[in-house]
Amino acid sequence: MSAINYSEKIPNNVNLAEDRTLQRALEQWQPNYLQWWNDVGPDGSQNFDVYLRTAVSVDPQGWAQFAHVKMPDYRWGIFLNPAEKDRKIHFGDHKGEDAWQDVPGEHRANLRRIIVTQGDTEPASVEQQRHLGLTCPSQYDLRNLFQVNVEEGRHLWAMVYLLHKYFGRDGREEGEALLERRSGDQDNPRILQAFNEKTPDWLSFFMFTYFTDRDGKYQLCALAESAFDPLARTTKFMLTEEAHHMFVGESGISRVIQRTCQMMNELKTDDPAKLRAAGVIDLPTIQRYLNFHFSVTIDLFGADQSSNAATFYSSGLKGRFEEGKRSDDHVLKGQTYRILEVQGGRLVEKDAPMLNALNEVLRDDYITDSRGGVERWNKVIEKAGIPFRLKVPHKAFHRNIGTLSGVKVSPEGEVVSDHEWNARVEEWLPTDTDRAYVGSLMGRVTAPGKFANWIAPPVMGINRQPVDFEYVRFN
Amino acid sequence: MNAPVDAAIINQHLIDPEICIRCNTCEATCPVGAITHDARNYVVDAAKCNLCMACIPPCPTGSIDNWRQMPRVRAYTVEEQLGWDVLPAELPAEQLAEAGAPAPAAVAPPAAVAATAGGAEAAFSGAAWGATLPPWSAAHAYTNLYGPKAQDKCITATVSGNVRVTAVGREYDTHHIVLDFGAMPFPVLEGQSIGILPPGTDAGGRPHHARQYSIASPRNGERPGYNNVSLTIKRVLEDHQGNPVRGVASNYMCDLKVGDTVQVIGPFGASFLMPNHPRSHIVMICTGTGSAPMRAMTEWRRRLRASGKFESGKLMLFFGARTKEELPYFGPLTNLPKDFIDINFAFSRTPGAPKRYVQDAMRERAADLAALLADPNACFYVCGLKAMEDGVVLALADIARDAGLDWANVGAALKREGRLHLETY
Repeated sequence: MSAINYSEKIPNNVNLAEDRTLQRALEQWQPNYLQWWNDVGPDGSQNFDVYLRTAVSVDPQGWAQFAHVKMPDYRWGIFLNPAEKDRKIHFGDHKGEDAWQDVPGEHRANLRRIIVTQGDTEPASVEQQRHLGLTCPSQYDLRNLFQVNVEEGRHLWAMVYLLHKYFGRDGREEGEALLERRSGDQDNPRILQAFNEKTPDWLSFFMFTYFTDRDGKYQLCALAESAFDPLARTTKFMLTEEAHHMFVGESGISRVIQRTCQMMNELKTDDPAKLRAAGVIDLPTIQRYLNFHFSVTIDLFGADQSSNAATFYSSGLKGRFEEGKRSDDHVLKGQTYRILEVQGGRLVEKDAPMLNALNEVLRDDYITDSRGGVERWNKVIEKAGIPFRLKVPHKAFHRNIGTLSGVKVSPEGEVVSDHEWNARVEEWLPTDTDRAYVGSLMGRVTAPGKFANWIAPPVMGINRQPVDFEYVRFN
Repeated sequence: MNAPVDAAIINQHLIDPEICIRCNTCEATCPVGAITHDARNYVVDAAKCNLCMACIPPCPTGSIDNWRQMPRVRAYTVEEQLGWDVLPAELPAEQLAEAGAPAPAAVAPPAAVAATAGGAEAAFSGAAWGATLPPWSAAHAYTNLYGPKAQDKCITATVSGNVRVTAVGREYDTHHIVLDFGAMPFPVLEGQSIGILPPGTDAGGRPHHARQYSIASPRNGERPGYNNVSLTIKRVLEDHQGNPVRGVASNYMCDLKVGDTVQVIGPFGASFLMPNHPRSHIVMICTGTGSAPMRAMTEWRRRLRASGKFESGKLMLFFGARTKEELPYFGPLTNLPKDFIDINFAFSRTPGAPKRYVQDAMRERAADLAALLADPNACFYVCGLKAMEDGVVLALADIARDAGLDWANVGAALKREGRLHLETY
């Protein structure tokens, strides 16, 4: 007798009920996953009934089933977007050939590395966010946090499915290792540095979901073009969930700004000290958080020139954002792309081979998208009649990867001396005082329809429920 | 139904640019490619949207769920929407009335109903009471098997029958058309619809968008055991103001010969589905070609009748048309025994007789309807012109109230339990 009723417990469209090999692998892994969830998943909330969205199938009707469930009972499923008939590889050296339904031997190591790196970020963010529930600004936000958490959990499942299904024993070992690394652990940290940082407060959480989950979106978009069809279909479905995370970030920051502007107009002041005394987050502090999260996140795209990026593209493993909508030759040999470097104390552009610069291409697409949302935040400030605008910092600001690593550049894009950097860094990046102040605001608000003083209520509830709906039952 | 060419007033689907985060989920989900974007906004093309609601649940923000009543000729274009920072206000009632919408006074709610409809809503909205989930005993519906986002973009069907079902020489020309899918999968349920892709291009040189029609045959085929469906299609020769207009799809369909092939997408719809449990009752309220899904449900129950499974389940039909001659071919079904189906006609333009609408017929049967409203085994289906929606739901609310029921509770239960379904165009 198997321990798991597959169709009931694990909603899927990968024919799990008839795949004995996969079942055996998951039977081993699933208890360890639940153990991991209980150990380092959301703190002290495993017994809450949370109004969560569960995907039970990939069609629009099965996509979003809402109900109150306890998080450990969440039905983490395995979904691939419906197959595209006779799908062809549409970029790189294999352009025009049939997409791969299995892993070609020569690309096995690279594909595994891509999947493991992507998969590692999913449990990492759950670990980073595990204490936030204790300081939630409302039930509504608490529910959104938990929704993000269970979906990150499902994304881990999605990657582990690929490892189990296509990478044999290596894949099973990688699946276990994904549950063993820990965000911020000295001895066994998560793979990418941004996922070892703390997410200490809700402003950081909203910034993280806006900026860092958007990196996730761009990586997933690039993988959704992959010649390895199961990876493309898995990541395509994950994107539908990723959208919710960015919604939490964009609307979260927007509500913080709205509350601050409201207080600025009430008190007729833009003095940060007075605004802090009134218990809201002043706009310059929000700008500093924005600078930090933006710069840390754009490092995640990797070095500006990378032979790995070229290999991944040419071999068909990872495409560009919206590869299918671009009108070039999709091979990119002999083409160039402008990247930044420092010459004689100034930032200058230079041409680099396009294939080697693909990390930079994806980073630039990401930056364009990030700016859009920041402009929508500015609309909120504008609407309140306040002459302040948030800005995305220059992409050379505060970088730790690639050519620009360690170069001191202001948010405006001026190369500055170490002396000037040290003199002005407190204007540009959150200070310990900023973080302590934001931390001091983090109380716990749990009455339905009530919100912490530093954030405005949302314009509408989840799934057409009212804002004062009981999104979490604490039991 | 033939929604895209029929109505003067449409319920236009719009996205709120203030709330939308431009995540692309709706565009990726839309089975008919009706959603598009530029660097600024995501927008819905009213000419392509078939109101299938596939984009509603995946939207993370709720910005997708916005609707404006608009005269079809003034529907907001894609270009207009791309320029928006905020959604426009609803058109004032006078402007809608000029374009052919029922005057608000005609559907003004009794005070009790307005008070229970949520407080904030000033005008009674029948649509607000419609369920978005099917009843519990509905069969599973397959949707979007063919379409721009599916593995196969469309399926070819062969016309195996095309019969004119209204008398020749009348201004009404309604056809009963049978499409056969051969060996290809196209599983359907009563209440679902399909999309037809007319050949050729529109004035702008673009391919015609799909036109949606309700299936008029039951799940096991127009002819039992065959992989075919039937449609009820009225030839559109004039618009609501009486100006001559030839409906692209309806004329294409009505002119088809047996053996012709047609490009089809779908099936669509996963909530307007019939209950399948013993002793379940079905109340059907329709006008004109809105009878198609009612015919399908009735016929499915008729085929199962011999099983005895539905012995005590009632079928009740309210059918409105302008005159007797306009009645499409529900004809053969009118010969069904009275103890199988309880049929009530209402003709609004019979010379010499006072106008009678489906709501009037419903009020006459208030005693029976009140009992069904209170019965958790009864499901209500409304299909036909948009203009009937508010009137029909109001009639149900009045009937409930006159029987001493609390419509707020009864109506909410109908919606929650998937027991009141509205499909109007």
